[in-house]
Amino acid sequence: MKKFINDVDQLLVESLSGFARAHADIVSLHLDPNFVTRRHKAENKVAIISGGGSGHEPLHTGYVGYGMLDAACPGHVFTSPSPDQMLAAAEAVHAGKGVLFIVKNYAGDVMNFEMAAEMLPFEHATVLTSDDVAVENSTYTTGRRGVAGTVIVEKVVGSLAETGADLAACKALGDKVNSRTATMGVALTSCTVPAAGRPTFDIADNELEMGVGIHGEPGRRREAMRQADAIVQDLVDAILHDLKPASGSEILLLVNGFAATPLMELYLLYNSAAGLLEAQGLKISRSHVGNTTTALDMAGASITVCLLDDEIRQHWDSPVHTAGLRWQL
Amino acid sequence: MRTDFILKAIEAVNQAVLASEAELESLDREIGDGDHFINLKRGCAALLDMREELAALPADQVLQRMGMKLLSTIGGASGPLLATIFMTLAKHEKTETADTLPKIAAAFAASVEAVKQRGKAGLGEKTMLDTLIPVADTFSQLSNAGEPADAIYTAIQQAAEQGMRSTRDLIATKGRAAFLGERAIGHIDAGARSSQIIIHTIAELARKPL
Repeated sequence: MKKFINDVDQLLVESLSGFARAHADIVSLHLDPNFVTRRHKAENKVAIISGGGSGHEPLHTGYVGYGMLDAACPGHVFTSPSPDQMLAAAEAVHAGKGVLFIVKNYAGDVMNFEMAAEMLPFEHATVLTSDDVAVENSTYTTGRRGVAGTVIVEKVVGSLAETGADLAACKALGDKVNSRTATMGVALTSCTVPAAGRPTFDIADNELEMGVGIHGEPGRRREAMRQADAIVQDLVDAILHDLKPASGSEILLLVNGFAATPLMELYLLYNSAAGLLEAQGLKISRSHVGNTTTALDMAGASITVCLLDDEIRQHWDSPVHTAGLRWQL
Repeated sequence: MRTDFILKAIEAVNQAVLASEAELESLDREIGDGDHFINLKRGCAALLDMREELAALPADQVLQRMGMKLLSTIGGASGPLLATIFMTLAKHEKTETADTLPKIAAAFAASVEAVKQRGKAGLGEKTMLDTLIPVADTFSQLSNAGEPADAIYTAIQQAAEQGMRSTRDLIATKGRAAFLGERAIGHIDAGARSSQIIIHTIAELARKPL
């Protein structure tokens, strides 16, 4: 393992401290318990709080700021944050209109946010994100994972909350966006959890992991490496199989890098995906390309399609000022 | 339950967990995400740090504080699940001191039931419950039947071992390994193994006079 580390036990706090210093105009960092809030507390709106294991930066701390989250709770690497973090964050940002948790659907995250919600002295609701179509949904399993589509949920719900909408409306829009969003990812390499010091899984130079999650947990199957267009075809097929969009549907296309794949290749993937989706009669009216939901040092990418409607488009377009997304401001 | 036994058990469990580092890491890397050992180690260290402040407290408060500590230091899925065991034991202990084996068995069974609720899981899903449920059943049956303590400890250890090994042939339907489908077959669940190590260690400790 070759990483920039002083002391592996201090990595998270040193990284959070750097993040807070670099974006001091946007966020404030609170340690022990760890959470990040907006620098200036928002008033008279639903407090939108997310969180999850670290290692997915800019998710979630990078989406704290005007137009998105009020606070984010970073856990240890790939490990859910704990209820004391969520309670402290809620206490800090609650602005009289209740608290909405946005939680990626993983057993640990769900349980910790659930315990926090049970202890919360405020009105609250939770949006569970589950956009990963690599996982078959079934009553017998934990169900689909929340991955890069979570960023779209956070952006759109965050925008609605800025208008002063109530908790029920924010929750309803979050659930709607989640139900209209599908993601499929592929990994070319594994990733190394710093405290573990070695790659989470072994993968040969001529292999890829189709349907990979954002923790280096394996996906649907191990396959032979092939040309990008053929890989993208499989990703897009899985997404369309799930969303079944009508021809002429308007979509947002997000190509997300897992961190170690160059932007040059992400744009190549975008080009390939856009061609396939347009050939299906879909209208790509919004797009985003970049490392929005990463997996430490994994090489690979995911493709996300969100079926837009007027409401979702309007809230995607609205002003946002965070470390990770910033426009119209 | 006795505070001095709980504190001794934490020390013994910490040693047993540390001794299993390589195995737990490898199990979790195979079908999990590689953080199980680190999380357990962090939890044990946090509990060991509390020894002095807890030594003079009654068992129910010791268990409750340990549960809250685990909740805030472990995170992940293990945090809430292990904390749930401690907090349920604490609740029972507060109502009625578990000073006989049948009472301890009843408190343990309630804790395992609470873990099932929290994790929305049951037997055969390739999780820690595959170790804990058979242990709770065996413990209750034998202690209610008035079996001698030594025989109960041995049976508990066997039930834990058998339950842990049963996860090898299961498809996971809960937890991170659930994403693997059939690829999880052939691997023992890391949470089932760590639970078995913990149960084995505590049963071994219980055989000896304090």
